Amino acid sequence: MYRETEILKQPGVGEPDVFGDMIINIGPQHPSTHGVLHLVITLNGETIKKVEPHLGYIHRSIEKMCESLSFRQFIYVTSKMDYLSSHINNHGCCLCVEKGMQIEVPPRAQVIRVLMDELTRLASHQLWWGAGAMDIGALTPFFHAFREREMINDIMEETCGTRLTMNYMVPGGVMVDVHPNFQRRVKEFITHFKTKIDEYDELLTGNVIFQNRVKGVGYLSKADAISYGCTGPTARGSGVSCDIRKLYPYEVYNKLQFDEVVETGGDCFARYLVRMKEMRQSLSIVEQLVDNIPEGDVQAKTKAVLKLPKGEYYSRVETARGEFGVYIVSEGGTTPYRIKFRSPGYCNLSALDHMARGGKIGDLVAIMAMIDLVIPDIDR
Amino acid sequence: MNKEELKIKLTELFPTPAFDETGEWLTVNIAPDNLLSVAEILRNKVELNFDYLFCQTCVDWKTHLTMVYHLESTTYRHQLVVKAQLDRNKPEIETVSHIWRTAEFNEREAYEMFGVNFLNHPDLRLLILPDGWEGRNPMRKDFEDPVNMIRL
Repeated sequence: MYRETEILKQPGVGEPDVFGDMIINIGPQHPSTHGVLHLVITLNGETIKKVEPHLGYIHRSIEKMCESLSFRQFIYVTSKMDYLSSHINNHGCCLCVEKGMQIEVPPRAQVIRVLMDELTRLASHQLWWGAGAMDIGALTPFFHAFREREMINDIMEETCGTRLTMNYMVPGGVMVDVHPNFQRRVKEFITHFKTKIDEYDELLTGNVIFQNRVKGVGYLSKADAISYGCTGPTARGSGVSCDIRKLYPYEVYNKLQFDEVVETGGDCFARYLVRMKEMRQSLSIVEQLVDNIPEGDVQAKTKAVLKLPKGEYYSRVETARGEFGVYIVSEGGTTPYRIKFRSPGYCNLSALDHMARGGKIGDLVAIMAMIDLVIPDIDR
Repeated sequence: MNKEELKIKLTELFPTPAFDETGEWLTVNIAPDNLLSVAEILRNKVELNFDYLFCQTCVDWKTHLTMVYHLESTTYRHQLVVKAQLDRNKPEIETVSHIWRTAEFNEREAYEMFGVNFLNHPDLRLLILPDGWEGRNPMRKDFEDPVNMIRL
């Protein structure tokens, strides 16, 4: 099929040189792509000359779909974009609608939202840790990570009703109050995970084989990270300060004690360290909030049908993979005129070619694992 | 720089900038022909230093298309929105992918979804849509697909 593709028409790519170029297709159903990503790789021996992503295997045109949904409904479609950060996606959309409608969110709802966001971030990073290590060849971490992630999923199930795409947020607050067991179970999780995260470090971070696979691999400089629009741990591993929670705090983030994790290595190991340290920060945020949920309403009083005033609204939140932006253009009707989702994965993926070029084919999987690609987030 | 300072600075740099202050950030409307020169100044002037293009998209207004560029400076943390109005029948604009590398993918998306032709783009072809979709732009308002579109 890819005999006819554009890649072969470019000068120097199609014509075999002395060693002979080879074109390899990874995906769309390769285990390391975590979904349906298709990469066409031009190789010279073992060295990567070019990585060309082919997207769209799970494209659902969510932006177009949202144009026919009301301002209450469209929020829940975004759970299906980055399914590992579905709370945070919903959060971004709610913030944008609230900005337009000038809705004040009650303090209790704000705290619950942030708690849920951070639990989601923990679950996402746990899955990344397990699956990422598995991509590189260590099978054991996967079982460790999923054991702890199960606890978060159970907490989510009890309060939100579902385990993965929670659809828990509404404009003006959250849908229902937390389950009576919520605080107890979160505290159980904190004490459990505090010992386990040290175990994670022992198991993988200090492992020499693992370090050899990721150190010095997939280098991305600070200027390139900004230019490619990389955000989240991918950019913070290159020394870019880009945590939206710190730069443009939303909800109660400005009242919390936590650090923005920035590493300057720029390689895969730096990105790995950022995520590992972020888990500890998230854990500390959850710990600060779980005993301090204020009493009160969980939802502000809103009209049944929301009509955003004519204008443009933009909100930014920090998902587990980076900056998620929602851009709404409203014409004053009940449905958005145009919605754009700025997904972190899409921009991070665009830097993949730059990071992998000149490296070895074996390192590509390590680079992909440490960017933490979620394909539905990229295709939308 | 805050909104007012930015406005004064931009008035110095460009002859007659058309500002729009209804949104959260300062918005400047430019002609598509000027995009490249404006983008270069915004990126390269040390006191502006807009090095981060955090959102680039297109809006179909039925009579025309509008390219929207959300810019931010990672050193000064000020934002600016640049808009360029395009002819709907022959939408053409210069690429900015050599200034902000992230534009390469975003422009490919705008090309397939809205049919905007980016001049001098290094690799302008379909990215998300499968082969054979050239010329049919699903994100335009008048796009109809009798089979796959679900209306609510």
